[in-house]
Amino acid sequence: MPDSGSSPDPEQISLTIDGRAVSAKPGELLIAAAERSGTYIPRFCYHPRMEPVGMCRMCLVEVDGPRGATLQPSCFIAVADGMVVDTTSDKVKKAQDGVLEFLLANHPLDCPVCDKGGECPLQDQTLAHGPGESRFIEEKRHFEKPIAISDLVLLDRERCIQCARCTRFASDVAGEAQIDFAGRGENVEVATFPTEPFSSYFSGNTVQICPVGALTATPYRFTARPWDLDQVESTCTTCSVGCRVAVQSSSNRLTRLLGIDSEPVNHGWLCDKGRFAFESVNGDEVDASPGEKALADEAVDVVPATASQVVSLGASRGQFLGEAHETGRFEHGRLIEPQIRKNGELVAASWGEALAAAAAGLTKAKEATGPGAVAVIGGARLTNESAYAWAKLAKGVIGTDSVDAQLGDGLPADLVLGLPRATIDAAAAAPVLITLAGDLREELPVLFLRLREAVLGATTLIELVGAPTALTRLSTASLALRPGEAPVVARALTGDAAAATALAAHPEGSAVDGDVLATARQVLAAHPGGEGVVIVLGRPSYAESGEVVAEAARVLARALPQATFLPALRRGNVFGALDMGLAPGLLPGRVDLESGREWFTAAWGSVPKSPGLDTAAILASMAGESATPAGTTPAGATPAGATPAVTSLILLGADPLSDFPDRAVAEQALSAGHFVVAVTGHPSESVSSYADVVLPCAVAHERPGTTTNIEGRVSRLGQKLTAPGFAWPDWMIAAELAAALGTDLGVSSANDLADELHLTAPAYFGLTSAVLHSDAAHDGILVPIVAGAPASAAVEPIDPIALPGVESVERQGAPPRSGSAGGDGSVRARIAALGAPPALISGIPAPDTEGAHVAPANSYALRLVAPRRLYDAGSSVTGSPSLTPLVPPLVARANPYDLDRLGAATGDRVRVRSDRGELVLPAEADSGVPRGAVSIDFNVPVGPGTPGNAVATLVDSRNPVTEVRLESV
Amino acid sequence: MAITEAPKIITSRIGYEDSYTLERYLATGGYEGLRKALTMTPEAVAHEVDTASLLGRGGAGFPAGRKWALLGKKPVTYLAINGDESEPATFKDHLLIERDPHQIIEGVLISAYALQVTQAFIYLRGEFALGLERLQAALNEAYAHGAVGADIFGSGFSLDVVVHPGAGAYICGEETALLESLEGKRGFPRIKPPFFPASIGLYGAPTVVNNVETMANIPWIINNGGAAFAALGEGRSTGTRLFALAGHVHNPGVYEIEMVKTTFRDLIYAPVLGGGITGGNALKAFIPGGVSAPWFGPDQVDLPLGQDEVGNAGSMLGSGSVVVMDSSTCVVRAAWRITKFFSRESCGQCTPCREGSGWLERIMYRIENGAGREEDLDLLMDLCDNISPGVAWPPQQTTICVLGPSIPSSIASAIRMFRDEFLVHVKEGGCPFA
Repeated sequence: MPDSGSSPDPEQISLTIDGRAVSAKPGELLIAAAERSGTYIPRFCYHPRMEPVGMCRMCLVEVDGPRGATLQPSCFIAVADGMVVDTTSDKVKKAQDGVLEFLLANHPLDCPVCDKGGECPLQDQTLAHGPGESRFIEEKRHFEKPIAISDLVLLDRERCIQCARCTRFASDVAGEAQIDFAGRGENVEVATFPTEPFSSYFSGNTVQICPVGALTATPYRFTARPWDLDQVESTCTTCSVGCRVAVQSSSNRLTRLLGIDSEPVNHGWLCDKGRFAFESVNGDEVDASPGEKALADEAVDVVPATASQVVSLGASRGQFLGEAHETGRFEHGRLIEPQIRKNGELVAASWGEALAAAAAGLTKAKEATGPGAVAVIGGARLTNESAYAWAKLAKGVIGTDSVDAQLGDGLPADLVLGLPRATIDAAAAAPVLITLAGDLREELPVLFLRLREAVLGATTLIELVGAPTALTRLSTASLALRPGEAPVVARALTGDAAAATALAAHPEGSAVDGDVLATARQVLAAHPGGEGVVIVLGRPSYAESGEVVAEAARVLARALPQATFLPALRRGNVFGALDMGLAPGLLPGRVDLESGREWFTAAWGSVPKSPGLDTAAILASMAGESATPAGTTPAGATPAGATPAVTSLILLGADPLSDFPDRAVAEQALSAGHFVVAVTGHPSESVSSYADVVLPCAVAHERPGTTTNIEGRVSRLGQKLTAPGFAWPDWMIAAELAAALGTDLGVSSANDLADELHLTAPAYFGLTSAVLHSDAAHDGILVPIVAGAPASAAVEPIDPIALPGVESVERQGAPPRSGSAGGDGSVRARIAALGAPPALISGIPAPDTEGAHVAPANSYALRLVAPRRLYDAGSSVTGSPSLTPLVPPLVARANPYDLDRLGAATGDRVRVRSDRGELVLPAEADSGVPRGAVSIDFNVPVGPGTPGNAVATLVDSRNPVTEVRLESV
Repeated sequence: MAITEAPKIITSRIGYEDSYTLERYLATGGYEGLRKALTMTPEAVAHEVDTASLLGRGGAGFPAGRKWALLGKKPVTYLAINGDESEPATFKDHLLIERDPHQIIEGVLISAYALQVTQAFIYLRGEFALGLERLQAALNEAYAHGAVGADIFGSGFSLDVVVHPGAGAYICGEETALLESLEGKRGFPRIKPPFFPASIGLYGAPTVVNNVETMANIPWIINNGGAAFAALGEGRSTGTRLFALAGHVHNPGVYEIEMVKTTFRDLIYAPVLGGGITGGNALKAFIPGGVSAPWFGPDQVDLPLGQDEVGNAGSMLGSGSVVVMDSSTCVVRAAWRITKFFSRESCGQCTPCREGSGWLERIMYRIENGAGREEDLDLLMDLCDNISPGVAWPPQQTTICVLGPSIPSSIASAIRMFRDEFLVHVKEGGCPFA
């Protein structure tokens, strides 16, 4: 017995487990305290990331109490000082064996044909502790099997052991109680609601945490046996949250992604897009195999997808693929060999020919009008190392600063890098959270999960959003923004009375409710200077200029100087790309062109003379349009005349026709006859129609390296596959292209780049291979590395019951190398002479202009809103057969008031017309859309044979907002 | 003859055709207890109930006064009344609800006053269609009479009462499942600790849960004093109690009997009570307190109807249901039928009950229908042991709630008392009584 009642440390209490004295935190669950102290209590329903329910009874242990020792569920009771616990007594053993036998009574013994076989907690525990033979000789319970409970998830009710992990996840973690128990007794089953499908973006997590084979996901079902799978740990780059994943493959094909529990990031969860978009890497055909197709048809019977959904998806992709197939050689939707356009057709070429052609085209442009004639768009898909290589090639070798990883869908890079950065944990622990972004569940789903948990707890949420989001119901104040209003609302929020008056000047009145605004201001008043405030900064709409949001961010940053920011830009490694200098005016390591000039001139030999163009200005320049119509200047643009016209373009995994919000400009730019080199892994409209040279590259899971997430957390990418055909990693393409241009980039491996990177890029100083491969780097490393910052927690062994299927051993592509990271010795020598490195960008940059000039709204025009949806026409969705059916049909959402004025109702077809073009779409009345606005999802086609990003045909990027008219058809 | 002359405390009114109306209730002294209580302090009211030593009539038999006192230190938020009587052969609350709903309402009012609660719920079994109609009508009458609602009888005390019908699940009679159901959720019992209703009850607030019959006793206790109640009965078992007598007796029905002073023999055989066993058959076994309780044999028929007396003999008075089985009864079939009930009514939340009840039911069915094996007897007992370690009374449990350890009672009793009868089923390949 420990000395009960008087623990020396008030933060620790002591108890006895199996005769051993153990210390624990007050309130800690017994099962967790026991596990930490080395006593593993068997369990099924308990999951460390969810509230316990004590249902399976597997974790019963004997606990001494006033009435003697009784059996108690260790997952449900908190430790108490002086508690005496026996986890191994005969009574405990009998009870646990009894529970296991009961679980197996109705559980079919179909392990040989069950997907979970080989990684099944029930199977493992039975093998370890169970009886050799069953005493159950009766007929087992029968259900029809399997049934589809969603487009992605199938349920075998016979295998279910009613642990409530899936139902708890859905209701508690995702906040969508779309599945629940039905029936009672042994006929309890997980069921969907008749009126509501299981349409969660997080459904794959229920499959991952199912402790038996009851829930299976269509993309993995029957594709492999667990023991045939090979795994590396990596980071998901489908969006920029940086969830840790176990990437599993068989025969050089990805079979499955599982979430790994990273304490500061994803807590083990993934979104379905991140989990299932691996199909696009495999390049699976759109049509499912006949067997899966049959199941999918069954699924339609149970959870009907609307017919329009089915039509809009596959067909649109088919169209793109069709074009691709006609013009180039792809294998399963992946580009596998270099191509050169000859007589208008892309034809296969050798790498040598293709690189020579690319170099010749770029050289010609550069020689004609100088390095500024070359521009680079894209790069958010690259690893940090490859992004660095391309920055070095573009800025150090070619000499152009017109480089932009963002495609008009981001925010000014110097602002993003300069604002004081918050971590996800900081946001989740913040007393006040302000979101100025789109719907985070659509854009950064796992960040949404983390923030939802916070807002359910102690965090107060103030939203500045264009339409209600998944967090709106939990928010304390949700301030509605019309396009262009963000800066004014930000001023009103931070105490500017004139701004509130200005909002009311809108012909339809202020979209912001006065009481809600007052509530929000009250919340902020309790946090003077923004102390404890974290601001999530993204793009509420892609139809308004990023400068509008940037201006609002500057307002907030000035009014709340102690607030920190979590930028919510969505693209995979956009933060790594910006950190590596793939933006106009920037150099690697978060330094600007001027302050880093001397340093990088030493390191690279030369840097661009003056700041270049951003994507909008690059495309405008190529299109021959003036980038600066009266009254506006796109961010990053320089005064006319300073930069020659762009006459050649390198696309780094970018598809401006779909990615850039203004399709007309993109189309003019690409069709103007300029020289276009595309580095890409997937077919796209821009590439197949306009590229002169196509260079195939490796994509996610095909290359090692690092990636940087929204927090500035650098984590490792594991390579699981060999890239198909002749595809190369991006850095190698950069190095070979440099060679073709007559320059040695000074790197011959990704490791070389990693080594050079941590020596030259100031924000990445100290990020050596040894640091990246240390235990402390398990959850990634926040850059810049702050001396004396607490190391992350030790790597906990993975509990196979919590995360079935995830191998407990981390296996990473590249092992840590011995010796000091050397890199290019010459680089080291050159910069060593300089002494102090350049300072990092910090603070709030002045706007390039007076800010966005948004003309006052008039009562005749509506303003266009284009929010992003999780499932869109991007290549990760259109390349993944499981996800393509999930793209929602395109509609025009408007306030019922505005539809009434038109005499239209939900379902009626309406024409949305702007100066750029028009779309005819079904209308949808949505009172969440403010009066005077119309909302059309970004990057979704209207239907077959139409542009992938329909709304981009309306957006006019020359103006900060796009005005449209709504007409009846 | 041990039938006592004790007053009818809660069944005094049921002989009237219109016993459920406000008019009859007022004509027979109704709401006098409430008027009296409202002149007393809440503490004094609680003290009277404590003095009465009124044991809860729901099954567990915990003293109502003590239950209230547990909460005395912190304010109680809700009073929830359990009228979800659903066990086979248990029908005493049914009678009170249909025949004297005002008495229950008055008990609720007095209890709420004692606890200073302003919101009460009466959770009624959904199948009690007539009971629901009469209780709701009575409540409406009571509101109109000024006995419920704001400023009751001008006392300044206010209480709202809501009658909430269940949806057909036995488990919702378990007090924490009842609270879940009241909250609009699935009737899954909560895990205790920590979810004792007194600390974390309805909507997370401290809640008293009492049985309908318990409430019905309160007006008499206030009118006549706790001491008068305590003077009836013996030891811990004070007052009178309703017993629902069922099975092979001439006069099945509900009887109000002074506790301890009467034996099971009186209940079964007295001409004014059960009137003896039908067909002149011998008594084979009887269940003293509902189908959750272990059975008794003829050797225990002289036990008095007292809480401790029955408890010490290895069973319980439980829900006040006494089921008599005569010599023509197949105990295998009887135990199977009870097991089937529990299997059907298991909520399915925790494994031993969900899977165990169905498995036990299948084995019992198999034995009764001629496919039994001798080793099934050991298997049955071992499975029972996995639900209720030791298969003893009072039971231990591996389950969340007491439905689990209720399942083994009939099976274990039948095997222990009538092992030979099981073996005959096995050897003869069928039921000898069929």
